[in-house]
Amino acid sequence: MTDAIKLEYTVCNDDFTRAGEASSDIKDKLKKMGVAPEIIRKVVIAMYEGEINMVIHANGGKITVTITTDKITMVLSDKGPGIENIELAMQEGYSTAPDNIRSLGFGAGMGLPNMKKYSDYMDVQTQLGTGTTVTMQVNL
Amino acid sequence: MTAEKLAEKLNFKIISSGNMNENTISKVFCCDLLSLAMSKSPAGAAWVTVMGNINTLAVASLTESACIILAENTELDEQSVQKARQQNITVFQSEFPVFETAFMIEKLIHE
Repeated sequence: MTDAIKLEYTVCNDDFTRAGEASSDIKDKLKKMGVAPEIIRKVVIAMYEGEINMVIHANGGKITVTITTDKITMVLSDKGPGIENIELAMQEGYSTAPDNIRSLGFGAGMGLPNMKKYSDYMDVQTQLGTGTTVTMQVNL
Repeated sequence: MTAEKLAEKLNFKIISSGNMNENTISKVFCCDLLSLAMSKSPAGAAWVTVMGNINTLAVASLTESACIILAENTELDEQSVQKARQQNITVFQSEFPVFETAFMIEKLIHE
């Protein structure tokens, strides 16, 4: 792999039927590239949680994935309401998801913690009323 | 043991056959919280849950579950049934509660 591979995905607003499609596509592509299963698992968990967060909280958004020889970088950006208290949001079990989301099996307050746990680097830039950009890297 | 053999032995109803004749079961896994299942479900799991929606399918596919077993006769809506069939995801239904279903599978795996 000499050049970086760049992939872009759109995550639709409130579309739970399509949430996971971007993660699924990345999983297939990484498999075809021969990336180790444990690396694929980290990428997929981190990205799926990000996708679900964008659907639940941010009216969707965009994901850009860049694959280079040494790492996979995922940038998830949305124009949602922003995260009011990032420290709280990073705590396992803290959630602002509404009841209808909880009844689907989400909203357990594990989204951002899982994203941090399964990526080797994570940065969250958020501004109330403007949106959030999460950058995650998984080392190859 | 394949997922197909499991369904046959335990009389599970087949909602979506997927690749049940190829998928080999490694472990039983029980969980209804999808974020937890996403991070903890082992590949090749026989995943027993009462959470029957389209996101269950996404998690099963991403974690490479061998099959989903919907306990307590939990129904999958029509749209999800179609999606499971399109994506070759194996889904069974069990009349028993989560624990009993998982216990029967566990016993069978170690027979």
